[in-house]
Amino acid sequence: MIGRLAAAFERAKREARVAFVPYVMAGDPDLSTTQALLAELSATGADLIELGVPYSDPLADGPTIASAGARALANGTRLTDVLALVRECSAFCAPLLLFTYFNPVYQFGLERFAREAAGAGAAGAIVPDCALEESPALREALRERELEMPLLVAPSTTRERAARIAAAATGFVYVVSRLGVTGAGQRPDLAPLRAQLVMLRELTDKPLAVGFGLSRAAEIGEIAPLCDGVVVGSALIDAYGDSGGAQAARRVTEFVTPLIAAGRRDSAGRQAN
Amino acid sequence: MKKPDARGYFGEFGGRFVPEVLVGALDELERAIESAFADPAYWDEYHAVLRDFVGRPSPIYRCERYVADVSAVPLLMKREDTNHTGAHKINNTVGQALLARRMGKRRLLAETGAGQHGVATATVGAKFGLPVDVYMGARDVERQALNVHVMRLLGASVHSVTSGTQTLKDATNEAFRVWAERVEDTFYVIGSVVGAHPYPYLVRELQKIVGVEARRQVLDRYRRLPSDVVACVGGGSNAIGIFAGFADDPQVKLWGVEAGGEGGKSAASLGAGTIGVLHGSRSYLLQSADGQVLPTHSIGAGLDYPGVGPEHAFLKESGRAAYVSVTDAQALEAFGAFARSEGIVPALESAHAIAFARKLAAERRAGDLILVNLSGRGDKDLAR
Repeated sequence: MIGRLAAAFERAKREARVAFVPYVMAGDPDLSTTQALLAELSATGADLIELGVPYSDPLADGPTIASAGARALANGTRLTDVLALVRECSAFCAPLLLFTYFNPVYQFGLERFAREAAGAGAAGAIVPDCALEESPALREALRERELEMPLLVAPSTTRERAARIAAAATGFVYVVSRLGVTGAGQRPDLAPLRAQLVMLRELTDKPLAVGFGLSRAAEIGEIAPLCDGVVVGSALIDAYGDSGGAQAARRVTEFVTPLIAAGRRDSAGRQAN
Repeated sequence: MKKPDARGYFGEFGGRFVPEVLVGALDELERAIESAFADPAYWDEYHAVLRDFVGRPSPIYRCERYVADVSAVPLLMKREDTNHTGAHKINNTVGQALLARRMGKRRLLAETGAGQHGVATATVGAKFGLPVDVYMGARDVERQALNVHVMRLLGASVHSVTSGTQTLKDATNEAFRVWAERVEDTFYVIGSVVGAHPYPYLVRELQKIVGVEARRQVLDRYRRLPSDVVACVGGGSNAIGIFAGFADDPQVKLWGVEAGGEGGKSAASLGAGTIGVLHGSRSYLLQSADGQVLPTHSIGAGLDYPGVGPEHAFLKESGRAAYVSVTDAQALEAFGAFARSEGIVPALESAHAIAFARKLAAERRAGDLILVNLSGRGDKDLAR
């Protein structure tokens, strides 16, 4: 059986484009804005959406996403609120992938998290501080509920280790574009990234989605031939800035439209670059 | 004390909960530790630097007057306050700097709370010619201004961290983030027995000298082992260091003293926390029911941390060590009383252990012997 994440990549491939995967932080600046963003992004052409669960100590995130999480926590957003949001939105949205650190899931209970996320209609979860060796229990809990768990591969990951990560990942392999944390400030280093993607392509048939530091159509156009999807997070949060509601949704649409076009493999897409 | 298992666990505590980008560096560090620890030349240099530069062995000192009114039991202090830079922290930074040099790393990175570990890292950076970047919470930069000056004098760059609670927890987050960017040429010098495997093991092995020396000194002088060994616990490196000397002597009781804070806010992770994951390992943690890490409070800036080393969690669960807490007010009282009765100004962190030792001394009988790790000197605390 093919999972919802893998299916989303399949569809994008059939339509001759890379999947577009935006990231939004739940509860920043408030849950109703997040709901508007999820609807807008789904309508604009997101193939799946990473939904951030706010956490007090986000080690893998740069200042943009860390601050968005701090704002969401300050207004009281909890994991149960994020799951309720998924329940409300999953019927009309692109597949939702929860992006959360390990400790909130651990306190919630791994099995309870899997059960409630599945019940709400989420497609899976990404847990950036749960590296391969610590992941079996959570992967198993999610698998039992038919949820997928993509794992990350970094520029510092060896080939042998990348093969094991790719084998254990479900849905897709999340390819970190450069050393460091999330954030639009520091550009990905395209030459080593290309080599990494070529290597990963030899190791696995699973979709490859590139993230960390992607914010420009030109970069997406350059790596599109070598991968199956692109993740854009911090730059998108910067794009809606301190606006909320409908205004945030409009700004996000303006921002993502050229990025989505850049991922198209047909002539129209190339012209849009 | 045993090595952690292959996945870095002491019982159910420890592990490696880090972003994938750091796993390669932790693997590399693990291999470097294995090679260095098996190489007598590494230890020869470590011991030579500790002797000539740090001033080891540090003495043990029998208190004259501090508990004389309540007990005749000898109260001994392991004088880590006499080390160069004024605390036990330098034992660890010497060992890690030698490792960094062996691995060909070109820069050092450190987090610091009170600034003691930052100063100890800046010191070895200067000595070994390695540039040092120290990350320190903005609140700590303000309340530990003297140590910031010292670090800068030693040539280190001190970066003020303004996220979150602006204390050690957030400085550590930032150090991990910066390490993720510079992982190829930078060695992250962690200051306590916390973080992802192999750090808790590495720091323990480098602080073990405190306990090994103390055991020999006590036996030489008193022909018996102490009945009790007492140390303050924030992350827990001075405590692990002295405990390590006595872990295989089951008749010796080990006491960790956490910061009880004031008014319901503390930094007593083992006493008031629950099991969770912070900074790469599973241990006890002060957190909300949702798993959000809580703000902490202690008058001892070096104890003001919501987590604790995973091996302490293991020692607590196994019953080998007991953990108690001392409030801000009790620590302050001991700080002054100890200075007036012994002529030694202890660090406020160490004053927590000293306060508990007095209570313990009153309960102990003839023949018992209490050993306290006087982990640092208190000059840094006088401005407050």
